[in-house]
Amino acid sequence: MAEAKLLSGNDACVQGALAAGVRFFAGYPITPSTEIANAFARELPRRGGIFMQMEDEIASMGAIIGASCTGTKAVTATSGPGFSLMQENIGYAAIAEIPCVIINVMRYGPSTGLPTSPSQGDFMQSRWGSHGDRPVIVIAPYTAREAYRETGRAVNLSETYRVPVIVLMDEILGHLRERVEFRDEDLVQEISRKGPEPGRPFLPYENTEDGVPPFADFGTGYRYHITGLIHDETGFPTNNPVEVDTTMRRVNGKLELHRQDIERTQFVDADDAEILIVAFGSVARSAHEAVRTLRNEGKAVGMVRPITVWPFPEDDIRTAAAGKKAIIVPEMNLGQMIGEVERAVAGTVPVHALNRIDGLLITPHEIRDLVEDLL
Amino acid sequence: MGKIHEKYLRMDKMPHIWCAGCGNGIIMGAFINAIDRLGYDKDEVAAVSGIGCSGRITGYMDFNTIHTTHGRALAFATGIKLAKPRLKVFVFMGDGDAVAIGGNHLIHACRRNLDMTAVIFNNHIYGMTGGQFSPTTFKNKNATTAPYGTTDPDFDIAQLCIGAGATYVARGTSYHARLLTDLIVKGAEHPGFSIIEVITHCPVNFGRRNNFESPAQMLLWQKEHGVAARKAKTMPLEDMEGKFTIGELYRSTEIPEYLEEYGRVIQAANEEKKQ
Ligand SMILES: Cc1ncc(C[n+]2csc(CCOP(=O)(O)OP(=O)(O)O)c2C)c(N)n1
Ligand code: SF4
Ligand SMILES: [Mg+2]
Repeated sequence: MAEAKLLSGNDACVQGALAAGVRFFAGYPITPSTEIANAFARELPRRGGIFMQMEDEIASMGAIIGASCTGTKAVTATSGPGFSLMQENIGYAAIAEIPCVIINVMRYGPSTGLPTSPSQGDFMQSRWGSHGDRPVIVIAPYTAREAYRETGRAVNLSETYRVPVIVLMDEILGHLRERVEFRDEDLVQEISRKGPEPGRPFLPYENTEDGVPPFADFGTGYRYHITGLIHDETGFPTNNPVEVDTTMRRVNGKLELHRQDIERTQFVDADDAEILIVAFGSVARSAHEAVRTLRNEGKAVGMVRPITVWPFPEDDIRTAAAGKKAIIVPEMNLGQMIGEVERAVAGTVPVHALNRIDGLLITPHEIRDLVEDLL
Repeated sequence: MGKIHEKYLRMDKMPHIWCAGCGNGIIMGAFINAIDRLGYDKDEVAAVSGIGCSGRITGYMDFNTIHTTHGRALAFATGIKLAKPRLKVFVFMGDGDAVAIGGNHLIHACRRNLDMTAVIFNNHIYGMTGGQFSPTTFKNKNATTAPYGTTDPDFDIAQLCIGAGATYVARGTSYHARLLTDLIVKGAEHPGFSIIEVITHCPVNFGRRNNFESPAQMLLWQKEHGVAARKAKTMPLEDMEGKFTIGELYRSTEIPEYLEEYGRVIQAANEEKKQ
């Protein structure tokens, strides 16, 4: 049944997380993500959950990993400088395979940057921000409704694949309030990590066929060891090259095995388009609007919007791009996603950048102008 | 003793990586004795450590164990305790771990007073990385990053924790092992955040460079310089010069435990919900 609410993107994230069973939040205030902390502070105690304001973002990341060790679904939220501080412990969660969700409401940087202005400058940091090779899922909603649904999905993917999941918001999406009509497909289900199989010896980092070992919550009778050192299947540190290689390939390869379940891409009038726009987050709102008005004028333009931005949907982009005249990649940064698009199409279609780094959103107009130039 | 080792240690992980003569094994022994005296079920104990030689302790003990990131053990432990308050949470850190990179987490853990027990292995040096000076290295000592002697003043960890609001603070040594067990037991029984600073010896990366010929000499130094807190009170100040107090240094039951306080938050939130 449809139910309508007026929600900001930030509030929608909180609602989605709660619906997915999140009962722990630890964070440190920072614009433009602060409303997320405020909302969790109000909502979690009502549900018997815990809200913690920690001393910094490093501690916040540590606390949610700790909470998750006990089986509690845990989230933090931050932006810009705070996201940079979290990177070491995000890497820890990835190699120790502890489910957790980080909501990063992007603001303009580097450093303190433009605290109240939107940006998409963390597209690459969200994927590569920690040292070493680490897996991560990154999801970028573009409406409040989607922020609700996708944050819920982020929690569930994190539990299912034992991987940190980043919800990549931006200042515009975080702060805009819009009417959200929830439909049946928005229902967030509660999915929890798979536990040890009774009667079977428990190997905390077992090389299972699906790449995801069972997780034993602390305090349930399985006494085992968790470490950020590279470990073997038992969870204890190893330097043995074969064991190190096995662990690292499984941990970094597991998402590839489940791409179908993880990927989510939206296609808008892409099939018969001559010009294709590839955009995510708030910029995709402008791109969507540009496509709508240009189509009304009979112009063959379409959009591909990665919702799951990492792992990057290379196949979707490659398929949609086949035979097109040109691709436009508008981004609020100096060109980050464009590299991935170029890699996917491998020179078969010309790719054009459209960048803004002045703290303002790329407008539908700017996108229209470039489309018209290229048509 | 042998039985206790078999009961609480992961014997298949032996031998441990610590150097011969290192104090860390003594602290681990004192700790498992304390757990035995406390009678805690192993399934209900969570042991959390940072990074350093000291941090390796969690790998050897048969509890729910987690070896975290350098300096951040208390942050992880805070999440564990809050999410599952039933668990008995113990945190193990080195001096660099606890008061250099993790100093911010330490003072805030003291301030919050969440019911956990932290054991700080103060060997006055960065052991694992090969003998660089730490915030607790005394002045005019040699370290790999102080080839001409240290100039930085040192922290008194126990005083720092008292100042930051910890409600149980004790100091032991790796020489006074039985006292250390007592202090850990009392710290664990204390309803709030408890800190046990352990003056311990790193013969390889501190002793060798600072005129200690053997681990035994370092233990002797602890014996001669550690003064029971009660006795120190009656001693002339000049006799305490260069010495340190051991035993229970501070205890308060006036400050409420964090989760008790949080219970009031949950109650208030539910009352508001009903209205
Ligand atoms: C972020 C980070 N910085 C630096 C290091 C390197 N490092 C590992 S252990 C250590 C210091 C260890 O000294 P201490 O905490 O006193 O422990 P000990 O080895 O003496 O027990 C350092 C600097 C690290 N692992 N992580
Ligand atoms: S380096 Fe020092 S602290 Fe580390 S194991 Fe050796 S003796 Fe112990
Ligand atoms: Mg040390």
